Amino acid sequence: MSLVRRIANLFSRARVEHDIDLELESHIAMRIDDNIASGMSAAEARRDALLRFGNATSTRESVASTEMALSLDSLWFDVRYAVRQLRRSPWFAITAVVTLALAIGANAVVFSVLNAFLLRPLNVPHAESLYALFHQGDAGLSYLDYLDLRDRNRSFESLAAYNVAQAGLDTGKEPSRAWIYETSGNYFDALGILPSIGQFFHSSDEQGLNSAPYIVLAYAYWQSHFQADPKIVGRVVLVNKHPFTILGVAPAGFHGTLLFFNPDFFVPLVNLQEVQGVNNLTARGKTTVFMTIGHLKPGVTQTQAVTDLNSVGLYLEKTYPKEHGKFTFTLGLPNLYGDYIGRPVKAFMTGLMLLAGLTLLAACANLGSLFAARAADRTREVALRLALGSSRKRILRALFTEAVLISLLGGAAGLGGSIVLLHELSAWQPFSRWPIHLTVNPDANVYAAALLLTLVSGFLFGAVPIRQVLRTNPYEIVKSGHAGTGASPRRFNIRDILLVVQIAVCALLVTSSMAAVRGLARSLHSDFGFETENRMMLDTDLSMANYTGDRVPAMQKRIIEAVKGIPGVESVGLADTVPLGDGSIDANVFADTTADLRSSNAAADPYVFKVSSDYFDAAGTPLLSGRAFSAHDDKNAPRVAIVNREFARRLFGSAPQALGRYYKTSDGTRIQIVGLVQDGKYASLTEDPAPAMFLPILQVPSSQTYLVVHSKRDPIQLGPSIRSTLLKLDSGLPVEIQTRYSGLDALLFGPRMATISLIVLGLMGAMLSMIGIFGMAAYSVSKRLRELGIRMALGAQRREVLQAALGRSIKLLSIGSAAGLVLGILAGRVLAYVVDQATARDPLVLAGVVMIMAILGVLATWVPAQRALSVEPISLMREN
Amino acid sequence: MARNDFQGSLDLLVLKTLSQTGKLHGYGIVLHIQRASDELLRVEEGSLYPALHRMEQSKWISSEWALTETNRKAKYYKLTAAGRKQLQEAEASFEQLVKGIRAIMQFA
Repeated sequence: MSLVRRIANLFSRARVEHDIDLELESHIAMRIDDNIASGMSAAEARRDALLRFGNATSTRESVASTEMALSLDSLWFDVRYAVRQLRRSPWFAITAVVTLALAIGANAVVFSVLNAFLLRPLNVPHAESLYALFHQGDAGLSYLDYLDLRDRNRSFESLAAYNVAQAGLDTGKEPSRAWIYETSGNYFDALGILPSIGQFFHSSDEQGLNSAPYIVLAYAYWQSHFQADPKIVGRVVLVNKHPFTILGVAPAGFHGTLLFFNPDFFVPLVNLQEVQGVNNLTARGKTTVFMTIGHLKPGVTQTQAVTDLNSVGLYLEKTYPKEHGKFTFTLGLPNLYGDYIGRPVKAFMTGLMLLAGLTLLAACANLGSLFAARAADRTREVALRLALGSSRKRILRALFTEAVLISLLGGAAGLGGSIVLLHELSAWQPFSRWPIHLTVNPDANVYAAALLLTLVSGFLFGAVPIRQVLRTNPYEIVKSGHAGTGASPRRFNIRDILLVVQIAVCALLVTSSMAAVRGLARSLHSDFGFETENRMMLDTDLSMANYTGDRVPAMQKRIIEAVKGIPGVESVGLADTVPLGDGSIDANVFADTTADLRSSNAAADPYVFKVSSDYFDAAGTPLLSGRAFSAHDDKNAPRVAIVNREFARRLFGSAPQALGRYYKTSDGTRIQIVGLVQDGKYASLTEDPAPAMFLPILQVPSSQTYLVVHSKRDPIQLGPSIRSTLLKLDSGLPVEIQTRYSGLDALLFGPRMATISLIVLGLMGAMLSMIGIFGMAAYSVSKRLRELGIRMALGAQRREVLQAALGRSIKLLSIGSAAGLVLGILAGRVLAYVVDQATARDPLVLAGVVMIMAILGVLATWVPAQRALSVEPISLMREN
Repeated sequence: MARNDFQGSLDLLVLKTLSQTGKLHGYGIVLHIQRASDELLRVEEGSLYPALHRMEQSKWISSEWALTETNRKAKYYKLTAAGRKQLQEAEASFEQLVKGIRAIMQFA
């Protein structure tokens, strides 16, 4: 009978029975017809037919049961049998279910995250044709370049651009800081979405600079900050003290075009000046656009689009040689900021999925060997059933039913747990300062994957004892009266191999998690080029309170003075952006002798920080030689800079030669180097030494204001006094205050999450292999109790007994651990990709892994060892 | 065991009947066996129908609903290729069995 029909029968029992009834009825009817034809009366004919037919009900039942063979009824029988078997050994059942629940839960969580990060498309129509533009690894463009690309390309339906920024929003109550998207007018139309209420702004609203004072609220922000007021449309609010009209609210599921980074509202990019206090829209060299995205036209391939974009790039290179070097484009998915976050996340998630899969495999190996041991214990029972005429197929079916039942129970428990965990994770906002929402709730993909994993693992570990059952020779076993020892004591069998594999996986997980922890610890204490201890950081943008022009430096001076006046404060430094802060700015610099200031001629591309005179002191960045800035380094004084060693090395060959020398910026300004500071980390913890230059903020003013405060007092206590001091200066200025250390949160988020996930997997691996070793040791001790008793009776020492009982388990543990350690060292490279400075070649990690595995071994064999030692030869002998 | 043996011969009888008559319903099979064996063999409906369904699952026979000469709906069975092969094997082993039994009966 075909499988399809069998499955169909499961769902159509009623139909099948009806069919049988019809068939039997027609049989009886034909008999009646014949009886009447042979001269009987109708009643007589009927009576005779029924009599001859016998018990119709029982016939029907027996036909139905034939039809249902291998279907629902017998399946139910198998399930009941399996439940009975499991209830007879509850510890086995619990161990198995918990093991699987953990493994499948871990897989469901990792897969959910992977799904949310990499598989689930952005919530816009036709997300599959939405691409972001990247050039030389960067997404940013100047606004003018964007306009040229938008108008000259022939591949995109409509090319939209946006920039991520912060702005102060004043709705009449307390001004608050909001994360915004500054978008091109065509943004919503290019994405093809419709507003939830009101309307969006369009390209037609762009009539030159500051021509479109409109905002569109994100749905969540409308709910949280405007109580989902339906009459919000048309209301005027202040953005950085400029009046803007609320046009509408974006649809509920739309969170911008960057994964997890949920903006509060959207404003037209043409109003950049009002929103950010600077106007970079007319400068071709200034990167204003963060990302350019658009839907490819139907039928246009990625390759064609890139060729098309590159031809526009070539035009830009030729037309504006001063501003552009090579301009070659690639397309990427906007979700995870292209390859910036996408590539490491992809690599890490793939690695993590692999590890989670390995954990599941280890769990399967574990359960497989438990099942094999059980099957070995039940050899006699199996033999008996075989001898009594049960088919091997049926016995295997019972075994598989048991395995699948366990895997389903474990899978359900695991999935349940993971849903709770994921729900927590989705509600969690890791950074108070950033609008990051990790929406990783499971969807249909996740449920399907979990079910698949569950069934596959059930069949996987259920399949381990197959050979054993197939090889069982009922007559031999029944005749000889013993079930054999299951595992032969010398040869390695499948269970040993499974255990070794499982322990190797566990050791790999333990190695990776220890290496990650060590790496993270080292990252936290590595030399950033500045101090984090006793440092507070205050972050604001004066343009949010509408400070422009000369009012900016004046206000910054007042802020510095005021904060300096707080008791306990040692020094206060100010910068437009800080190393390892929210964003990094870089610029081309040229040798003093260079006249051709095209970017292809640049001598270096250092990070740029504009800082106040006391910045180095406050930040704890040691000045190696030369002088710090002073209040005299202002607009009237010659341009000066302080550079780091790497900068000096790139431009002048060595650091000492740099002091007093000159270099040029891309607009031709000559700058003299007056000081030298040590190298640090500027954009990421994993970067190689990078050149950096510090400019006096008085010479190049900026409304962006980071205040680094060094104090003797506990920084946490200092926070409120800084806030109240600033509130007195300007109550309309939204500020963020945090410790310098917690300012690194965003950078450390990835490594931290990675480390936590690895620790969890490591713990699970450790638990799994402990269960595995325990099972193996306990089984071998109980199998060999008699032999151990005889040994003891013959005068064996405790040590010898232990060796006989557990030697094998310990040997397997050592082999597995060694293999896992080697794998861990090999995997270190992948690990270092995510967790900076993570390496398994660290002696502390190596020693730690060996110790952990040894402890696991001792813990897991403790109980079986006690049992082996407590063997009383006499009583054992008597039993038999 | 005994029942199993009978089941084996029932299968043989049914397969043989279908091979001789082509398409036939359950009632027709009962009648045919009865008549062809000169009323010596009587097939019980209680055994026949489970056997028919089992053989159908084994793909030895196939079934379809059709009208009888008296215009009743009945389920007709016919032999499949696999059934024909099975019949040959069953016939062969039946011959062996008969030969064996005959040899024993004639021994002495």
